[in-house]
Amino acid sequence: MSRILKYRELLLVAIILVLIAAFSARAPGFASPKSLANIFNDTSILIILALGQMAVILTKSIDLSVAANLSFTGMAVAMLNSAYPEVPLPLLIAAALGIGAGLGAINGFMVWRIGIPAIVATLGTLTIYRGMAFVLSGGAWVNQTQMTPAFLNTPRLPVLGLPLLGWTALLVIAIIATVFTRTVFGRSLYAAGGNPTAALYAGVDVGRAKFFAFMLSGALAGLCGYLWVSRYAVAYVDIAAGFELDTVAACVIGGISTLGGIGSVGGAVLGALFLGVIKNALPVINVSPFWQMAISGLVIIIAVLFNARQERRKGRLILRDAAKSRPVRMETPVEGAAA
Amino acid sequence: MSVVQAVVQNSPPLLEMRGISKSFPGVQALDSVDVALFPGTVTALIGENGAGKSTLVKILTGIYQHDSGAIIIDGAPVHFTSAEAAIRSGITAIHQETVLFDELSVAENIFLGHAPRNRLGLVNWSAMNARAAALLTSIDAPISPYMRLKDLSIAQRHLVAIARALSVEARVVIMDEPTAALSYKEVEDLFRIIERLKRQGKAILFISHKFEEVYQIAERFVVLRDGRSIGAGLLAKTGQDEIVRMMVGRSVDHVFPKLDVAIGNTVLKVSGYSHPTEFDNISFELRRGEILGLYGLVGAGRSEFCQSLFGITRPSAGSLELEGRSVEIRSPADAIGAGIVYVPEERGRHGAVLQMPIFQNFTMATLGRTTRAGFLREAEEFALARRYAERLDLRAAALSVPVGTLSGGNQQKVVIGKWLATRPKVIILDEPTKGIDIGSKAAVHAFMSELAGEGLSVIMVSSELPEILGMSDRVLVMREGRMAGIWNREGLDAETLVRAATGNQ
Amino acid sequence: MSTLTAEKQPLRHIPDKLSTPVRRLLGSWETLLAAVAIAIFTANSLASPHFLDPWNLSDATYNFTEKAMIAFAMTLLIVSGEIDLSVAAIIALASTAMGAAAQAGFQTPALVGIGLSVGLLCGAFNGLLVAHIGLPSIVVTIGTMSLFRGIAQIVLGDQAYGGYPSSFAWFGQGYMSDFSWWPIIPGLEVVTFEIVAFLVFALLFGILLHRTIFGRWIYAIGNNAFAAQFSGIPVQRTKFILFLLTGVMSGVAAVCLTSRLGSTRHTIAAGWELEVITMAVLGGVSILGGSGSIPGVVLAAIVMGLVTFGLGLLNVPGIVMSIFIGLLLILVIALPMVVRRIRSRSAT
Repeated sequence: MSRILKYRELLLVAIILVLIAAFSARAPGFASPKSLANIFNDTSILIILALGQMAVILTKSIDLSVAANLSFTGMAVAMLNSAYPEVPLPLLIAAALGIGAGLGAINGFMVWRIGIPAIVATLGTLTIYRGMAFVLSGGAWVNQTQMTPAFLNTPRLPVLGLPLLGWTALLVIAIIATVFTRTVFGRSLYAAGGNPTAALYAGVDVGRAKFFAFMLSGALAGLCGYLWVSRYAVAYVDIAAGFELDTVAACVIGGISTLGGIGSVGGAVLGALFLGVIKNALPVINVSPFWQMAISGLVIIIAVLFNARQERRKGRLILRDAAKSRPVRMETPVEGAAA
Repeated sequence: MSVVQAVVQNSPPLLEMRGISKSFPGVQALDSVDVALFPGTVTALIGENGAGKSTLVKILTGIYQHDSGAIIIDGAPVHFTSAEAAIRSGITAIHQETVLFDELSVAENIFLGHAPRNRLGLVNWSAMNARAAALLTSIDAPISPYMRLKDLSIAQRHLVAIARALSVEARVVIMDEPTAALSYKEVEDLFRIIERLKRQGKAILFISHKFEEVYQIAERFVVLRDGRSIGAGLLAKTGQDEIVRMMVGRSVDHVFPKLDVAIGNTVLKVSGYSHPTEFDNISFELRRGEILGLYGLVGAGRSEFCQSLFGITRPSAGSLELEGRSVEIRSPADAIGAGIVYVPEERGRHGAVLQMPIFQNFTMATLGRTTRAGFLREAEEFALARRYAERLDLRAAALSVPVGTLSGGNQQKVVIGKWLATRPKVIILDEPTKGIDIGSKAAVHAFMSELAGEGLSVIMVSSELPEILGMSDRVLVMREGRMAGIWNREGLDAETLVRAATGNQ
Repeated sequence: MSTLTAEKQPLRHIPDKLSTPVRRLLGSWETLLAAVAIAIFTANSLASPHFLDPWNLSDATYNFTEKAMIAFAMTLLIVSGEIDLSVAAIIALASTAMGAAAQAGFQTPALVGIGLSVGLLCGAFNGLLVAHIGLPSIVVTIGTMSLFRGIAQIVLGDQAYGGYPSSFAWFGQGYMSDFSWWPIIPGLEVVTFEIVAFLVFALLFGILLHRTIFGRWIYAIGNNAFAAQFSGIPVQRTKFILFLLTGVMSGVAAVCLTSRLGSTRHTIAAGWELEVITMAVLGGVSILGGSGSIPGVVLAAIVMGLVTFGLGLLNVPGIVMSIFIGLLLILVIALPMVVRRIRSRSAT
């Protein structure tokens, strides 16, 4: 659809391939299908969260509460599962989506109806939601033994070599790609962030678009709450602490402009995969996992620098337009100057 | 024409606005306005800046909601609660500044909000691109629907905006100053499109400042002044003088009181000023006590050039001499130090800090004079502000109220006062009377003469020909970023300037 | 002819100010905060018999003094329209650097110098990216937040630095009465170094923001950066200096906190950026830039300190306190917005 986005995605694909090649030179087997499937599976949660974050960033906002939402929702479904083991899994997943969407809607409401800047609203709910997880659990852990096997094992079930967790990510990617490119809601996200004034004139309700973006981000965070708890087989207050930054990082690396209105699903997914490859490679090449935080910080800064070069306002480009229109005008005979 | 004339007289109005009023805190923007639009007819909406035209357009397009009165379509009252509702009722608008999406494709810009969808309710991209291509062809616009908007020129964007307006099944088309940035050729193209819309029976509301265009394309007119509808009727039966009288409410003879001023030596010499993307090779000399008019179409690069003189952007080539000495200006601070100041076109965005008090705005560029060792001395700030407030006859409740509470004309006085306090040699005024009422306009013009009389050199950017012709000692015309010529005041007529500005020889 | 020559017409008199200073003071956010502080103080002293003990109160000031010192600089930064989310990470990095230096045998003056320099460098890095390259400060400082704390994590792993020289402990634990010149008056012996530092910095930043050209520039930039630039104000340089100041104040806080704790882990000061920003916003600083005052932030710091101290006396766990802080942050921003909306609705 657009040259620059394709260029950005190709560049990311190339970088990721080079990284994988380099790592597999140090550690043979890193590039094996099994290992790659494992990396994708390991990055699934980040991918899903990044897509929710992307919806919010497209509208020129930011959602810093996703990880806290994940923690609260994960705790809630884990406790639900341990207290009422007979509740079927689909219902629990629906509950996770619902609780998450509800928490997202609170953010969205504050941004849409009250007009609080997104960064402040979600900075506030970031502490509130995690605090609520503590209040809910009383600070206690929900352990593997307290959860049902179906709850724990379903995301780990391998289908065609990839666990269901990875398939879930693929499904979410497909749905989000369709929603963003093919639905009125998806396009209104781009319009609302790209030019809010024009969006207003085109009949797009910018505030409502933001509200639903936050709700989507919340619902996906809720889903990830369940996925996280089942994957690591434990729920406690501090799970995924600081993970909201990784989701922002994935978006920024993927070329989603924090000024709103620019970015593609492919970019966000590749941005998340980039971080996932690095995270999985560090232990393989004997680098302490403590390096990961600094690396993602550095990559965020480099990506922002890179994005800014593309976003820089160029002025009116009067001379370019003049050069463009001149030959056309020479071809057409000048009609009698009117009136 | 006779067919159209018959339609005008016989058919009932397609859309009527009756007694529409709208107020904002402190301002009555519209006061019981009546407008009627007829099928197959172009109605010109005429009025000074600030007469309420944009408010009226915003009410018709559902951006604002009116306080009282009624909008009636086909005899039935309607009420728009959103832009979407107005579009659904068949009202579409092409706006003054093309409000579109830089990052989206041409096709999507045309269809955003009403994209063709398939059976699943998903956006049908191929149908959308095909329909966009067909629409663009129908208005003779050779633009690919796949291009991104940011790669188009201003004129091309305009065609996209028109295609967007035509993409909905609209019965009422509002055109808000559609010709402001277009060349003669492009205006002719636009008028052909309007003729086609007329034949399709659409009602068109056409807003323009240019009387020749209004008389050429419109059949009916409505005049707004100070938020009230002053007159309406058929253009064929109404002379231009009569319409001007309705617009301004009095004779316009004394609007441009240019005093005779002794012109002195050269103060500023600009040689070969160029910018990589916005303007090229501008050269002229400016003398003491002179007013140099800078004329051109919107987007000719006049503001860009002036901002470069003021150090906002850096030129890629060229040199400046001020009173015979070569100067290099790399920042606004350099320019202010050298004695060149700039009153920007967008007062609220670039000129005044609306939230801050009047006295702090007055002293903003001269803080060095009202401070000691970096510490503020409020009493001296008030003294300086008072001096210029009195000189400019500012109307305000107190010097500590925010500038944003003042009227447009008084805001302009604060911005000008801020610069006079720096005791400049050259003052650049970018559209100094845009959007201010006619009374303040005359005061600004008188004041410019007075400044020139005191030996200040003035560069006045303006898109209004009467203002250019009335105020300037010489006129420099820019076209597409380049100099199209420079003329002395004697014997200069409007036609010469328009030809130079549009490139029609 | 000329309508503007002043001599010919009677002058229209424009007063300097509309309302009296007393009236303005009564209607201000600062007055409200002061009232809230007094109310909480009273409630606390009624709720707990231990509250009014001078040594207890003196201890309680550690709840806010270090954060408030950063909040002063943050206030200037937010008024100018920018934000720095990396302040807590700067503390972590500065503290780590001091820890490493202490291990290497450096003495107290060198340690303080190192802490402040690391803060300055981190601030310069942020300032370079935001002010000179023109990147959005939210994203940049989210990045540097990871980077700075990430470097601390690389250096420290899951270890901790300790073994600071005993003289170093004075900054976070010392009392002013350790000086012979400190007046021996009952009550003043509980005044800590940090309280004095808090008051001195409040005064310095208050003067800087409210009484100097530089402060005026900050307000102009925060309200309308374009108009400020068009008035010849050095926008970039001002913002750069503000990031430097925020970095240095984070360094000061790092010295105090490290000295008080006596050890450094990579999680030191985790989440402080939120509390610092909350403090500024509670103090009446508009998150959108352009308005705010240092007296407001001083009062907000005291209010937050009293709330935390009071909840601590009631044995409320820290994470639950953070719910209150989060709610406080949202409420103080939302309330004026909601009130304004209701007012404008009833006006029409």
